[in-house]
Amino acid sequence: MTTLTLGKAMNEGLRKAMENDPKVLVMGEDVGKLGGVFRITDGLQKDFGEERVIDTPLAESGIVGTAIGLALRGYRPVVEIQFDGFVFPAADQIITQLAKLRMRSLGSLELPVVVRIPWGGGIGAVEHHSESPEAYFTHTAGLRVVACSNPLDAFAMIQQAIASPDPVIFFEPKRRYWDKAEVDVESAPADWAPLHEARVVQPGEHATVLAYGPSVKTCLEAAAAAAEEGRSLEVIDLRSLNPLDIGTVVDSVNRTGRCVVVHEAPVFSGFGAELAARITERCFYRLESPVLRVGGFSAPYPPSRNEDHYLPDLDRILDAVDRTFAW
Amino acid sequence: MTIDSVRGVPDTPEPAEPELVQLLTPEGERVEHPDYPLDLSAEEVRDLYRDLVIVRRLDLESVALTRQGEVGLWPSLLGQEAAQIGSGRALSENDMVFPTYREHGVAWCRGVDHLNMIGLFRGVSHGGWDPTEHNFHLYTVVIGSQTLHATGYAMGVQRDGVLGTPSAAATIAYFGDGATSQGDVHESFVFATVFNAPIVFFCQNNQWAISEPLEKQSRIPLYRRAQGYGFPGLRVDGNDVFACLAVTRKALENARTGQGPTLIEAFTYRMGAHTTTDDPTRYRLKAEEEAWKLKDPIERVKAYLVRNDLAETGFFEKVEDEAKQMGRELRDGCLSMPDPGPLAMFENVYAEPHPLMTEEQEQFAAYLASFEEESR
Ligand SMILES: Cc1ncc(C[n+]2csc(CCOP(=O)(O)OP(=O)(O)O)c2C)c(N)n1
Ligand SMILES: [Mg+2]
Repeated sequence: MTTLTLGKAMNEGLRKAMENDPKVLVMGEDVGKLGGVFRITDGLQKDFGEERVIDTPLAESGIVGTAIGLALRGYRPVVEIQFDGFVFPAADQIITQLAKLRMRSLGSLELPVVVRIPWGGGIGAVEHHSESPEAYFTHTAGLRVVACSNPLDAFAMIQQAIASPDPVIFFEPKRRYWDKAEVDVESAPADWAPLHEARVVQPGEHATVLAYGPSVKTCLEAAAAAAEEGRSLEVIDLRSLNPLDIGTVVDSVNRTGRCVVVHEAPVFSGFGAELAARITERCFYRLESPVLRVGGFSAPYPPSRNEDHYLPDLDRILDAVDRTFAW
Repeated sequence: MTIDSVRGVPDTPEPAEPELVQLLTPEGERVEHPDYPLDLSAEEVRDLYRDLVIVRRLDLESVALTRQGEVGLWPSLLGQEAAQIGSGRALSENDMVFPTYREHGVAWCRGVDHLNMIGLFRGVSHGGWDPTEHNFHLYTVVIGSQTLHATGYAMGVQRDGVLGTPSAAATIAYFGDGATSQGDVHESFVFATVFNAPIVFFCQNNQWAISEPLEKQSRIPLYRRAQGYGFPGLRVDGNDVFACLAVTRKALENARTGQGPTLIEAFTYRMGAHTTTDDPTRYRLKAEEEAWKLKDPIERVKAYLVRNDLAETGFFEKVEDEAKQMGRELRDGCLSMPDPGPLAMFENVYAEPHPLMTEEQEQFAAYLASFEEESR
């Protein structure tokens, strides 16, 4: 076991994937000498060379578009989008091409492209550096969409995503890059949970709290606070948004009868709406109250002086939990 | 060019070494260029000097405020003062500017209070100034986007039918060397040339896009790209405020008189980090920075003023004091800048009332008020 930050665990995971498969490439802006603005690819160019760790021209559509071409030639490109807000110039390539080529080729093509996106708010950044665009991608058939929340998952999930024959949008909770945990860097796929399986990170009885990425930690803190008041919350880290492990969710909500969904993205038309609808369909007679959602407001992500208000925090999560009991 | 031409090095008719328009050498010697005559009075030169010194001081103060945690991050213009003041002072009142996030010097020329930029990077607002008041659009963080807006704006001016009249307006789009790789920038070149839009593309080639040197973006000098699109491109010494002024003036005038787009590549250097969160020691050599220090944009104007005896005694000290005073005022302004207040998040998202904004704003106000009741 080694103590690693989430960022370093990402780095170790990428390194393992590159060691295990010479077809794995890393590409993006500043990923070479600099090691990426978050240092996630630190040292990889030095060890694997410029042919495999590619500082690209400054053009996201170009990065993803050429990654598609490299994949068509048998490579497994892992693309870094520098910040969440800069995935949009690449959205066309991701949505109209990457997501659809397998289906259009009647299954003859594989597109093992991973698009890594440092994601979410809370770092005091300027505009376009704190976005939560996951719903745009979960809404697009043909993409797998996952989000890690802790160092161990970062290490394992990036390797699983790279091994996937399908395109994977890989969300990394940037404000958690510096969180530390024990990671067994010698662990192998057999030791890990399947990529698309949700995890109960805190068992509980009275209400289910669903989260992913950076919100998982906040929800665990909320659960600890609730426990002091005698309320037992079950926290589930979804880990994968598409496909969605609805079974784990339904099992939990059927037991607790109450559910709160938490994400940083705006609530309106957000991923929580999908969860609420599915839970309502499957757990209707077990629900004691409607599924409540806590998330970003429907306004644009605010200037950083207001981001603590915008992001779901412990109080807003507990407030929603209270409301499910007051129903 | 033939099919066997050496890749990345175009042969005839371009010279092997790009020509650099220069009117003031790093040593402060005035040189003439046949295409860009420039006649400046002593006072005009002193004014340019004052601009340069002030924007550098405001920038340094902004970096200091960032280091002290008062500002989230700061993209410094250090080294690029001449490119910005030269081009900025070439503008007429009617002309419209579309900046990136580093054009604090151009903002100064347009009368935008530097505190607005501080507010943006402090996280108080996403913009802060009224673009129509200053003919200076909001900063654009998404690389290259603004070049298309600028082109469209120029197409609007064209459609107003004012080109060639006293109410003509040119549009100038600023962007970096890295930005030249973006699809948006290429598309703006295409639109501008196809419609003969009255626009100046002003590329500050500061040699770096964060950690990536120019070679990662282009195999030919950037100004030569214009030729492929069908409009003139030229390279100017971006550390020479005279040359930047003269070249931009001419390109703007061409735009205003309906002669179409121009690409200006201002050859300069980013003397500081990309932003205050960046660490250039990881990717570039100190020697390169030292070499560019010798081409400092301010020192050469000072040398010119001294050499030609154009500054009265005490002039340099006076400018220095004034700049320092403005730095102090900036600091005070930053420290006393009010936060926007949480309910501001919901404002100005739409032009007309929007039920969801209203609902969320009211709910959030009630939620915040519930804490105040609790603490009573
Ligand atoms: C679309 C997009 N991709 C990536 C970024 C992150 N980013 C910010 S500045 C920068 C480099 C820009 O280089 P250049 O155009 O040369 O301008 P400079 O910063 O040197 O002034 C990058 C990659 C961004 N802001 N927008
Ligand atoms: Mg640059």
